[in-house]
Amino acid sequence: MLNRQQAPDFKQVSTINFIHPEKKVLDNSVPVFTIYSGEQDLVRIEFVFENVNWTLEKPLQAIAVSTLINNGTNKLSAKEIAEQIDFYGAFFQTEYAQDQSSVTLYTLNKHLHSVLPIVKDVLSESQFPQHELDIYIQNQKQKLQVNLKKNDVLSRKEFAHALFGDTAYGVNIKAEHYDALKREDLIEYFKAAYAPNNCTIIVSGKFDTTSFKLLNDTFGKDWEKSNAVKNSFNFTATAKQFVYTEKPEALQSAIRIGQLAINRTHEDFSGLQILNAVLGGYFGSRLMNNIREDKGYTYGIGSGISSLQQAGYLFIATEVGADVCSAALTEIYKEIDILKNELIGEEELDLVRNYMLGSMLGSLENVFSHADKFKNIYFAGLDYNYYTKYIEKVKTITAEELLALANKYLTTDHFTEVVIGKK
Amino acid sequence: MVDFNRFTLANGLKVLVHEDATTPMAVLNILYDVGARDEDPEKTGFAHLFEHLMFGGSVNIPNYDEPLQRVGGENNAFTSNDITNYYITLPAENIETAFWLESDRMLGLAFSEKSLDTQRNVVSEEFKQRYLNQPYGDVWLKLRPLAYKKHSYRWATIGKELSHIENATMDDVKAFFKKHYTPQNAILVVGGNVKTEEVKKLAEKWFEPIPAGDKYNRDLVQEEPQTEARTETVKANVPLNAIYMSFKMPGRLNQDYYSFDLLSDILSRGQSSRLYNSLLKEQKLFSDINAYISSSLDPGLFIVEGKLVEGVTTETAEKAIWAELEKLKAELVSETELTKVKNKVESVLVFSEMSLLDKAMNLAYYELLGDAALLNQETESFIKVKAEDIKRISNETFQSNSSSTLYYLTEENA
Repeated sequence: MLNRQQAPDFKQVSTINFIHPEKKVLDNSVPVFTIYSGEQDLVRIEFVFENVNWTLEKPLQAIAVSTLINNGTNKLSAKEIAEQIDFYGAFFQTEYAQDQSSVTLYTLNKHLHSVLPIVKDVLSESQFPQHELDIYIQNQKQKLQVNLKKNDVLSRKEFAHALFGDTAYGVNIKAEHYDALKREDLIEYFKAAYAPNNCTIIVSGKFDTTSFKLLNDTFGKDWEKSNAVKNSFNFTATAKQFVYTEKPEALQSAIRIGQLAINRTHEDFSGLQILNAVLGGYFGSRLMNNIREDKGYTYGIGSGISSLQQAGYLFIATEVGADVCSAALTEIYKEIDILKNELIGEEELDLVRNYMLGSMLGSLENVFSHADKFKNIYFAGLDYNYYTKYIEKVKTITAEELLALANKYLTTDHFTEVVIGKK
Repeated sequence: MVDFNRFTLANGLKVLVHEDATTPMAVLNILYDVGARDEDPEKTGFAHLFEHLMFGGSVNIPNYDEPLQRVGGENNAFTSNDITNYYITLPAENIETAFWLESDRMLGLAFSEKSLDTQRNVVSEEFKQRYLNQPYGDVWLKLRPLAYKKHSYRWATIGKELSHIENATMDDVKAFFKKHYTPQNAILVVGGNVKTEEVKKLAEKWFEPIPAGDKYNRDLVQEEPQTEARTETVKANVPLNAIYMSFKMPGRLNQDYYSFDLLSDILSRGQSSRLYNSLLKEQKLFSDINAYISSSLDPGLFIVEGKLVEGVTTETAEKAIWAELEKLKAELVSETELTKVKNKVESVLVFSEMSLLDKAMNLAYYELLGDAALLNQETESFIKVKAEDIKRISNETFQSNSSSTLYYLTEENA
C-alpha cells in the first residue's frame, strides 16, 4: 500500500560542474573567452565594454549610445542594419548596465559569416544620425512619462538615488536630460567606450577554430583604440533616511528599503547570500511566508543583494495594499529583528542549503548560463575558486555565523526607506 | 528536434517523456485542460484563483513548497484563458519527490479555509498590482468585453472584477476541483536526465491509483460573426493617448494560424518591421507600436496597439494604421520580406530548444493541440506559408466592420 504521507528519499546535490572557458586573443589583443557546446547549431557572442568617462553633466551618454548604436553607419541605415540582421534570423541586442554596456549577437552557425561584418560595422563605424537621435529623445521622454506613473519604478529611482547620489549608479534621469542630448556627445562616447582596448568578448555555443578565425579576421584589425577612463566611484554609508511620495489615488504602495553592503569580492558575500535567502530570497522565505502567505498583504515580496563593481547593496522590495502599508513595514522590520536575535533552526537551515544547491545546479541549464556564471566572477576579478568556496559555505555555514552576519549587515538604523503611495 | 516517448495510464492520464542526458536536472510539467474560458460568467477569475489554492496543501501533504525546496527544487504555475500549467524543476536524482507532490494534489486538496482566505487577498493584491495600479493596466479588462459578446474570452484570467474573487466560497473550490482536476483532463511531461522506463514506473506508482473522475465535456458558447465596427473611449490618469485595435482571427488549430503569426511579424517584429519603420520612424506618429496575435484555442484576436506622439490626433494615427493594413490587402509581400520573418521564426524555434523547461511545456501544449509531434513540424508549417496567404488573410481580417477599437485617452484629451 502506497504511503503518501511519507516523502520519498532524496539526496543533497553533491557535485556541480562548471564549464570553464578557453581563452584566446585576437590580433589586436581583445580577449576572447569561449564556452563550447556542440549541442545546437547556434552561438552567442557578447562584446562587453566597461562604462567610461562618467560626467554628471551628460548622464545619458552611455545609455543613449547603447540604444542608438545600431541606428546607422557610413554604409548602412538603421533600417538596413535591422533588415539584414533579421533576414539571417539573428538577434542583435544591446544592454546598458551600471558597470558595463554590451552588444550581443545570437545567430545560427550557418549565418555567422553573414552577420559578423554587420556587427563589426556597427561597433566601429556607428554614426548616430541626428534624425534618429531626435526620434529617440521624443520617444524616450514619452516612455519616461509612462514609467513615472508606476510606483514601483519611482521607488527604484528614489532608492538608487538615495544610496548612490549623482553617480552612474544613482542619477535620477529626468526629461531635460534627454533634451540636452547632443549628437557630438554620443559620437565622443562611442569612440571612447566601444574600442578594442575596452572590449572583452564572451562566446558561448558551437564555435570552432574556423569561427574563431572569422571573428579574428573581422574584429582583430581596423578598429581604433581609445584612451578612456573607466568609471570610478566612492560611496560611504548613509544615515537613516526616509523618502515618502504620497499618491492619494494609489491602491497599492511600493516599498523599497535597504542599505549599502558588500559586493562579490568580499569574503562575507556568500554568507550574506544565504542570509538573504532566509529573509526574502526564495518563495519559502520568511518575508514571503509572513507577508504574503500568512497576511495576504501582497502578491509578492523579496529581498536581494546586488553586487556592482564598486559597491554592493541589499534591499527588500514589495508592492502592498495601501491600507496595510504600515503594517507591512512593521512586519518587515520584525523579521529582520528576529534574524538578528534568534538562531535559525537546523531544519530551516538545511532546507535553505538544499534549495540553494539545487538552484545553483539548475541555473547551469545550458551553455549560455555557464557563460553567465563565468562573467560574474571574471568581471569581479575572481576565479572559479569563488564557486568552490560558495558551495562549501552553503553546505557548512552555521546558525551562529548567520546571526553574526545579520547583526553586521542588517543595520536598520542605517536603512534607506522609500515608500511611494500611501502609508 | 524534441524527441519524446508517450504512454497513457489506466485512469486516462497522458504521460510524455523527453530524455535529455546533457543536464543534471529534471522537469515535471503538468498541464490541466482548464482555463478562464471554462468559468461561470458570475464567478470569473476562478481558474487562476484555483491555481493559487493548488499550493495550499494537499490531502496527505500539508505544505507543498517546503518539501520541494528541501530537495533542491523550484516550482511555479500560470493560468491563461485556455490552460493551467504547473511545473517543477529539480535535481534529476530527486525526481520522485516531484511525483509524490504533484500526484497528491491531483488526488485531493486540503481545502483549508485559511488558505482560501489568504489567497483571496493575495489574488486581490495581484489584481491591483498588475491591472488597476498601473498606467494602461486595465486595457484587457476593457478590450475583451468589447471584442467578445458571447464567448467566455470576454473576461480576462484575473476575472471581471475584484468582487468575484472576494466572494469565492469553499464549495466553489471543491466543485471546480472535481470537475477539472482529473487525470483524464491532464497531460504530464517529464523531461531532463531521466529514463522513460523509470518515469513509467514512477507514474504508475504515484499517478495511476488516482480515480479517473468524470470526463469534462467542454461546450462553450461560440462567438457569432461580428458585423459592426465597435469602439469605446476610456479616459484615465495616463500621460499619453493610446489606441488598441483588435480583429477576429481563427483559433490555434486553424491552418491559417501560421500565416497570421507571420503577418504579425511582418507588421511588428523588431526594428525592420513595417509599423516600426513607417509609423514610428518615418511618420513619427507613435512612440510605441506593436501588432500581435492572442494565440488562443478558440477564435482569437489580432491586435494592433500603439501610444501616440503628443500632438498627434487619434484620427490621424488610426488612419495611418489602416493605410498599412490596406497595403497588405492590396499588395503581395515580397519574397525577401517573407523569407526574413520565416528565418526569424526558425531561429526562435532552435533557440527555444536551449531550455529544458520550454521543451517540456511545449510538448504538453502540443499534445493538448492533438499531438506532441506537431512541435517538430512547426518550422515546416511556417515555411509553407505563401505571400498569397498573407494577402488573403489580410483581406479576410482587416475589415472595419469586424474591428473593435479602444481609445485610451489622457484626462485632458477625452
